[in-house]
Amino acid sequence: MERLQYELESRGAVAVRKPVLVGVTASGNCEVLVEGGGAPDRCAIDVQTSARGFGEIWQAVLRDFGERHAAGGLKIEIHDVGATPAVVSLRLDQALEAWEEGDA
Amino acid sequence: MRRSFFEASARDRLLELVDAGSFRELIPPEARVSSPHLAMLDQPVAFDDGLIAGAATLDGQPVLVAAQEGAFLGGAIGEVHGAKLVGLIERARAERPAAVLILFDSGGVRLHEANAGLIAVSEIIRALLAARAEGLRFIGLIGGSGGCFGGTGLIARCCDALVMSEEGRLAMSGPEVIETVHGVEEFDSRDRALVWRVTGGKHRYLLGEAGALVADDIGAFRAAAIRLLDAPAGLSLDSVEREHALLAERWRRFGSCDDAPEIWRALGVPPGEDVAMMSAEDFVAMAQRCIGRPA
Repeated sequence: MERLQYELESRGAVAVRKPVLVGVTASGNCEVLVEGGGAPDRCAIDVQTSARGFGEIWQAVLRDFGERHAAGGLKIEIHDVGATPAVVSLRLDQALEAWEEGDA
Repeated sequence: MRRSFFEASARDRLLELVDAGSFRELIPPEARVSSPHLAMLDQPVAFDDGLIAGAATLDGQPVLVAAQEGAFLGGAIGEVHGAKLVGLIERARAERPAAVLILFDSGGVRLHEANAGLIAVSEIIRALLAARAEGLRFIGLIGGSGGCFGGTGLIARCCDALVMSEEGRLAMSGPEVIETVHGVEEFDSRDRALVWRVTGGKHRYLLGEAGALVADDIGAFRAAAIRLLDAPAGLSLDSVEREHALLAERWRRFGSCDDAPEIWRALGVPPGEDVAMMSAEDFVAMAQRCIGRPA
C-alpha cells in the first residue's frame, strides 16, 4: 500500500457541512470522505492506495479536480483499491455533489 | 420505480429502507474506527469497517438498523465490524426499539482477522439470543451480492424472521468452500443455476427459513420489514425445541435428496411449475396454493 498526500489550490467551497462519504473500498473502486475546516483557498487530499507507483497520475487527476470544482477549505481522504483515473474522477465529482447538497 | 437491493451499496440500501431522513448513524465514517488488523497487514481499510449502524424509524416506529457492505472484503466480519454490531444489539436491549433490522451481505469471518473475527461472530450470536430472550425482535434482510454465508449465515438464522429475494443466498458453507473441500463433482460453484436453486431465496422460502420472499427491490424489502414489525417475537425453550424437531423431520424427509427440486416436489410443488422463472409475486402465490405456506 502507498500513502500519498497532496495540497491543491482551489476556489472556496460551500461552507460548513456534515462530512460526506461516497463509494466503497472495493476492487476497482474507492471511497471518498469529505470534511470541511481547512484553509479556505486550499484543498488537502490524503490517498491510501493498494496500487504502488501511480503518484504522478494521482497528481494529474487531483489537479484537474481542483480546477473543476470549488474545493477550497475541504479535507478529502481516499481509500483506493485500484480504481482507474476515470472512476476516481467520477467519485470525486459525486463526493462534491453530495457535499454541496449536504445530504449524502 | 424499482430500485435494486442487489446493486445498491449498503449505505444506499439502508437509507432507502428506513423512513426518509430518519437515520442517525452511530460511529460514522468520520470517526475513523477502522480495522487495526488490516492496517498492520498494509491493506486499505474502510472508514466504517464495512458496517453501517444507527437508529432510524420504520413506518414511524423506532428501530435500530445495521447494514453490511458486501463489496468491502466480501462483507466479512472483522473485529471492529463485529463490535459495532454487538454494540448495536446491546443498545437495543437498553432502548427497546420496535425491531433491530440487519441487512446481511457477508461471506462470514474476515480471514485477515482470524480469531478476532471468529470471536466477533460468537459475541454477536450471544448478544442477539440474549436480546431475543428479552422479547426484542430481529429482522434479517438478505438480497445483496455477497449473499449470507459462514458465520453470518448462523447469525441470520438466529433472527426472528428473514426477508429474502431470490438473488439473496443463505447457507452455512458457501459454494466455493464446498467445492474446495469436496470437489467439483460434489458442488460446481460456477454453476450459477445450481448455486441459486440450492442457496437462493426461493429455496429458503419453500423450506420455511425465510419468512418473506420479495422481488429485488428496496421498496419491497421495506414493505416486508414493516409487515414483520407486528409478527410474534421472542425466544423460549419451547420454540427452540420445536425448531429442533422441524430440523430432525427435515433431515428424515429430505436427507437423501440430491438437489433442491427433489425437495420442492416432495413438498408438493407440481413438476410443471418452473420455480426459477417465476416472479416473486407469482412464486409466493404458488407456494401458498401448492404447499400451504401462510400468506
